[in-house]
Amino acid sequence: MRRFTWFNATSLTLGFVFLYLPMVILVIYSFNASKLVTVWAGFSTRWYGELLGNQAFLDAAWVTLKVAVASSTLATVLGTMAAYVLVRSGRFAGRTLFSGMIYAPLVMPEVITGLSLLLLFIGIGLDRGVLTIILAHTTFAMCYVSVVVSSRLVSFDRSLEEAALDLGCTPFTAFRLVTLPIIAPAVVSGWLLAFTLSLDDLVIASFTAGPSATTLPIKIFSAVRLGVSPEINALSTLMIAIVTVGVITASLISKRASLAQQRDAQAAARAQ
Amino acid sequence: MRRALLIAVPYLWLLALFLVPFLIVLKISLSDTALAIPPYLPTLDFTEGWAGIWGFLQELDFENFTFLTQDELYWRAYLSSVQIALISTVLTLLVGYPIAYGMASAPEHWRATLMMLVILPFWTSFLIRVYSWMGILSNEGLLNQLLQGLGLIDQPLIILNTNTAVYIGIVYTYLPFMILPIYAALEKMDAALLEAAEDFGCSRLTAFWLVTVPLSRQGIIAGCFLVFIPALGEFVIPSLLGGSGTLMIGKVLWEEFFNNRDWPVASAVAVILLLILIIPIILFQRNEQKQREREG
Repeated sequence: MRRFTWFNATSLTLGFVFLYLPMVILVIYSFNASKLVTVWAGFSTRWYGELLGNQAFLDAAWVTLKVAVASSTLATVLGTMAAYVLVRSGRFAGRTLFSGMIYAPLVMPEVITGLSLLLLFIGIGLDRGVLTIILAHTTFAMCYVSVVVSSRLVSFDRSLEEAALDLGCTPFTAFRLVTLPIIAPAVVSGWLLAFTLSLDDLVIASFTAGPSATTLPIKIFSAVRLGVSPEINALSTLMIAIVTVGVITASLISKRASLAQQRDAQAAARAQ
Repeated sequence: MRRALLIAVPYLWLLALFLVPFLIVLKISLSDTALAIPPYLPTLDFTEGWAGIWGFLQELDFENFTFLTQDELYWRAYLSSVQIALISTVLTLLVGYPIAYGMASAPEHWRATLMMLVILPFWTSFLIRVYSWMGILSNEGLLNQLLQGLGLIDQPLIILNTNTAVYIGIVYTYLPFMILPIYAALEKMDAALLEAAEDFGCSRLTAFWLVTVPLSRQGIIAGCFLVFIPALGEFVIPSLLGGSGTLMIGKVLWEEFFNNRDWPVASAVAVILLLILIIPIILFQRNEQKQREREG
């Protein structure tokens, strides 16, 4: 765009310090030996030990993981179907309502989504627990997945699909052999997004979880409401570490894939 | 046949788990509170046929909405939510714009890394990001320790559990939503335009105001809506960083439901929150559509 000035460098530095410093402090203080979270009393991994010995947290983590895997997988299937319908199915009765229902949950405040689902579950007499959280998370996550996948579907060359159909594929085989491999990166990032949204959600889970199922965010929220706690710092550090490793690995894999694709394209060009 | 099935599955799912629940909220907001489980009257009874539906319709009233307009708490909560969301949006713009500007001016081979650095916090838990400020802003927290250590203040600043902490929390958590659309708009800008403005004798600041800001307008508008809309219904930030004086409608709805167990009033609060949100959402969509038309 234009020359990189001192002003640009300063605002970038300050901006990234603002974005990262609170989390760095959290990580540092998770290794604090003192129970007083704001007074440094030497290095210790004591809180990690206590965390691993805390059965309630481990149970909540297990519930959270189950919910996240189940709901993100379901949401990916439903969201990909919805994206395909939106982009490829042309006109059908109730299309406007359908696209409205895809986009509305993205801007709906979580408190309203949570409240409305809870009232539904009580209305039909479904006991609240792991199942109701999965249903709730699937519903809002499928909308995010369908937005991600449909943006990929829009940009893709339709003649490839038509060629497969002309060569005698059934629509489903054409989807499996041609469409799916091309939209696969979007489907994977949709799944990852749904997974993270589910791991992260406090409000909707609080409404739809019964006393029998507590997720990690619910547990963390009720603990930190009373103030800062070193165990939560340790837990947060573990979660930040997992996310960082995951995101960096994913971006390295996609970088390598795009490099390989480039190499293939160059090789193909040379072969001609 | 296959096509019908493909449409039907996600369609029915959304009808059952998005539209129907919302209609239930609407219905309960028009019902009366009762000491029962479920704690509201009347309930719709299809077994009585049309007579049941007629009876149900006769029992509906706007009592809860009248109640909301009469009780000052709700007015104040709505107004203060709008106010907090507006102030935070402006603050996020002021913090985010220089960062987006710096990213767009950075050498091209840095940009992918800078983008990832902006997006990475978005993948980390929202709850943890809000929580990380509690240890910094509290009375014995790191910020007060630092300021007192430097001799700048004698008494600790009271920030945690005030609206200031809520502003900081919103700016911090929603910053990526502001940076990315502004960066996208600035990146497309042609540097030659700025050079032309300077050749014609504009100072750099005037060139910024007359060229850069108008050209990034779409990004600014999109960023502001992306911060304002979720901030308005925010629950986690006001309940962790705000104080008892922080009134936000998401928090009021939560307390009405979980603490007072007043479902009809909680539902009415939800309906009004949605009515308030519809205006910015429609404006936002119109803005996006205009941009698409301009580009397409």
